[in-house]
Amino acid sequence: MSAISELSSITRRKGKATAEEKKANKRDNKAAYIFLLPWLVGLGAITIGPMLMSLYLSFTDYNLLQPPEWTGLHNFTRMLSDARLHNSLRVTFTYVFVGVPLQLGVALLIALVLDKGLRGLPFYRSVFYLPSLLGGSVAVAILWKQIFGTTGLVNQVLAMFGIQGPGWISDPSTALGSIILLHVWTFGAPMIIFLAGLRQIPNMYYEAAKVDGASTLQQFWRITLPMLSPIIFFNLVLQIIGSFQSFTQAFIVSGGNGGPSDSTMFFTLYLYQKGFGQFDMGYASAMAWVLLLIIGVFTAINFIASKYWVFYDD
Amino acid sequence: MTTKLETLPTPGKKSGGAGKPTNRKPRVRESRGTLAFSRAQRGKSLMKHGILILAGALMIYPLLWMVVSSLRPNELIFREPGLWLNSLEMSNYTSGWSALTHPFGHYMLNSAIVVIGSILGNLVSCSMAAYAFARLQFTGKKLFFGIMLLTIMLPFHVVIVPQYILFSQIGWVNTFWPLLVPKLLATDAFFVFLMVQFIRGIPRELDEAARIDGAGHPRIFLRVILPLMVPALATTTIFTFIWTWNDFFGALIYLTDPDMFTVPVALRAFVDSQSATSWGSLFAMSIVSLLPVFLVFLFGQRFLIKGIATTGIK
Repeated sequence: MSAISELSSITRRKGKATAEEKKANKRDNKAAYIFLLPWLVGLGAITIGPMLMSLYLSFTDYNLLQPPEWTGLHNFTRMLSDARLHNSLRVTFTYVFVGVPLQLGVALLIALVLDKGLRGLPFYRSVFYLPSLLGGSVAVAILWKQIFGTTGLVNQVLAMFGIQGPGWISDPSTALGSIILLHVWTFGAPMIIFLAGLRQIPNMYYEAAKVDGASTLQQFWRITLPMLSPIIFFNLVLQIIGSFQSFTQAFIVSGGNGGPSDSTMFFTLYLYQKGFGQFDMGYASAMAWVLLLIIGVFTAINFIASKYWVFYDD
Repeated sequence: MTTKLETLPTPGKKSGGAGKPTNRKPRVRESRGTLAFSRAQRGKSLMKHGILILAGALMIYPLLWMVVSSLRPNELIFREPGLWLNSLEMSNYTSGWSALTHPFGHYMLNSAIVVIGSILGNLVSCSMAAYAFARLQFTGKKLFFGIMLLTIMLPFHVVIVPQYILFSQIGWVNTFWPLLVPKLLATDAFFVFLMVQFIRGIPRELDEAARIDGAGHPRIFLRVILPLMVPALATTTIFTFIWTWNDFFGALIYLTDPDMFTVPVALRAFVDSQSATSWGSLFAMSIVSLLPVFLVFLFGQRFLIKGIATTGIK
């Protein structure tokens, strides 16, 4: 079971103790808290404490040198008129809402082709999976910077067909596209999750459908897609959350400035510049909370919408 | 083509053919004529292999090209899109190795220290927390478990500003502690969850038997559970290795002194310092930096694939 279905089942099961919990009714608080100690300290000191602190800082003006100065909602009203921030939101949304569906679409397609005892499956799987392990590295971002450069690999290939390609990452209209392609390139991880999900679908459904004369396409729409919908949902939630936080690729490809003309200025990149470039820590904290809010809202929308399209076979 | 009998679910058909299947005649004949059937099967599988080989080659080509280009004289990188090597040019590696303040091995050593520390931290702290969540009853268990699941999805940016302030006040900037301490405190909740899942699969009878023999929780944890959860520990080790080795954001913020650079920030310094003509040595060091990840992938694939398939995060 995935973290997500676990979370939703906690809320669903509210109040009802499971048989297992009834059986082991006696509590051993002391032992439990000793085992949990590192995690609890981490939760307080590394997660919740800093979260509350950053919430406080978001209402202040703070540059690390002078003590924070309470400015109320000023940071948030500043955001309303910060054109670069608006642009960074646009860039991030484009990245998430183009990159994630494309990546998941490719992942699903390849998983479907790979499914069902194809010869050489482990080999193919490795080949497709490898990029998603390397994709987060600075090294691959460097490679991308070259490939999509003016004299890069892509243009060298195009030149063989007599086409003069643009400088993909130096042109504001294609720079973001190159980074989205890098995201699509890492489809291997969701593909593996799809493969695992496909394997869970009982074969008898397909056999029954064949007896009833259903075409492959009908089988896909009526069996594969509904049965796979919890997995699609899971991938969607995780990839959206992850993509909103994307940083390294845009940072390296653009040389740290989100260029050309802010076309790859991700929200996280702008946050980094504000916080660790200009030491405007109050503003950076406010941005971080806005990011958390955005991610929270989209995750909530995802969960609500899932009631209408995700099919649970239990 | 012989593939007509069975339609492959390709994207074009997915989007374009929504209305079609109802007009189509049921294909019962498939199961009758065995000769036609097997020929169709072969055609279908051939087409699948065709698609997969093409897609796989496209995916891997940039990586192969980077390897080949790193063994070429610099100027060829801008005009040789092929994979053919006339001679082996090792100079890129020697010049890249000593291009920065320290030899590249220095940064690899720094990375290795952070990686090993992170692995040990995650193994100890996450397995302890997982034991408590999976096996012990205690007040607030549900609440804490829910919080733990939520922290998997928490964006790092919400805590980074106060964390930075905290660690810089302790004087830990330009030490490895800000990267290591969170791991010692089980803040990588993903691994806690992965281990909880695994421990739940271990029969409780084993615990009971040990308890009857007079074993307390520390003993049950160390002697019964830990030896049985080696696969989960292996998955944790491998993922921690890869994620920590690739980690750029944390190192970018906390490590500004070249003495302390890990590989990703060293590479970034390399990109920024070099002129556009030294792609060869940049590629060479990029490959050196990817090599450990590749080796881990090669030997630990089984655990990686199992890890994402069961818990499903990249």
